[in-house]
Amino acid sequence: MFRKLHDPGPSAVTILIDGKAVSAEAGENLAAVLLRQPEGWNRTSTVSQSPRAPYCMMGVCFECLAEVDGVGSVQTCLTTVRDGMRVSRQLGRRMLSA
Amino acid sequence: MRPDIIVIGGGTVGAAIAYGLTGLKQSVLLLDGSDRDYRAAQANFGLVWLQGKGMGLPAYQALTRASVDLWRDFATEVESLCGADLAYENKGGIVFCMGEDGFENRRAQLQRLHNQWDGGEPDWEMIDRTALERLLPKARLGQSVSGASFGRLDGHANPLRLLMALHEGIVRQGGVVRSNAMVHRIERAGTDFRLLLDGEELVAPRIVIAAGLGSVALAAQVGLDVPLRPQRGQVLVTERFEPFLPLPASGLRQTGEGTVMIGATQEETGFDLSTTSDAAARLSRKTVEIMPDLAGAKLVRQWAGLRVMTPDSYPIYAQSQTHPGAFVALCHSGVTLAATHARELACAIRDGELPDFLTPFHQRRFDVPKAA
Repeated sequence: MFRKLHDPGPSAVTILIDGKAVSAEAGENLAAVLLRQPEGWNRTSTVSQSPRAPYCMMGVCFECLAEVDGVGSVQTCLTTVRDGMRVSRQLGRRMLSA
Repeated sequence: MRPDIIVIGGGTVGAAIAYGLTGLKQSVLLLDGSDRDYRAAQANFGLVWLQGKGMGLPAYQALTRASVDLWRDFATEVESLCGADLAYENKGGIVFCMGEDGFENRRAQLQRLHNQWDGGEPDWEMIDRTALERLLPKARLGQSVSGASFGRLDGHANPLRLLMALHEGIVRQGGVVRSNAMVHRIERAGTDFRLLLDGEELVAPRIVIAAGLGSVALAAQVGLDVPLRPQRGQVLVTERFEPFLPLPASGLRQTGEGTVMIGATQEETGFDLSTTSDAAARLSRKTVEIMPDLAGAKLVRQWAGLRVMTPDSYPIYAQSQTHPGAFVALCHSGVTLAATHARELACAIRDGELPDFLTPFHQRRFDVPKAA
């Protein structure tokens, strides 16, 4: 649905989403990267288990949560990608230790 | 409409009494205040709790025990009448102890309480860290947790669902609930009471004042001087987790929805419902000492409520001597005591006389001169 309009060239970085290597641009917003993946979702609801995608892109709706570098429920729309970042989609309620 | 009884106050206390009275086939009108009232019932932590309560007043141990014993039946009745799920669990509750001193202090405190009241077998036992870990296999404990007191009769419920279900139950049993109904004055009208609201008068032979912190001015009009003060309690709530805390603890419980409630402060800050970052920091620090993994939890909400506090912290149940037929019922454990309020207290109000076991809770205990 979404695609990146330009080739980042030398400023490209690689992040891992659920273990899969994905190309992004240095300084890019993580939620934007998640939005252009074919899956199109980043978590499932803790109530209905329905899939959720980034929505407000400004830190208020909390739809874009994912686990980032071992930290759960991170607002990806407020997160900038970093080379080697590990991102996991979040399924329902977290385990406390995650 | 001329009800048998008007209950002033639609919080958990007033609603439980009104619910009980409608179940006794009384014609009841419940007057609830405005959305801007202090509403302790909407800030409640949700414990149905016995262990550790009643120092200095054995009658309160007995009262709390009686209500806890009634709670399962009460919950089942409310749930089946209203189709509600109160999320009530009574598999026991714990109070964490920090360090060896904390453990021994807790034991001594509970032992003093046990010696104070002949209530049979203790409702609690001290459990060491190993036993506590067996009770909470999915929760990693902090290093300084030495053990806990385990109260086998303790439990928790969803206090908001309880409040909603009581309101629903009153209506289903033929009562009337009115919101935004602030009582300005109470006057005598023969043997009846006349209540003055905004542009309206209501008359009933019997009234119950259960208006929380708003009760002081109302009770004074029927000859009862009730000394109350607000005591602020702040609560934190986390995001939802998979179940990891199978038992509620004092100040830390996981709800049926999966959120973790963390509480509560005890602050003498007057009529101020502000939340403070200082309280959030203190509550978080204390909680992370008990369960370090909660450091990674996201807080989603923080709120403050005002406890309805008396000078000795215990409830006030009284009937006015100068205005027979006027009752007051005030406390800050409205959830734990809801079962007793709906059963014994409602019966007593219907009968027009409070029973002996409530005599220690009359407000006259505060009338003693401060100096000889």
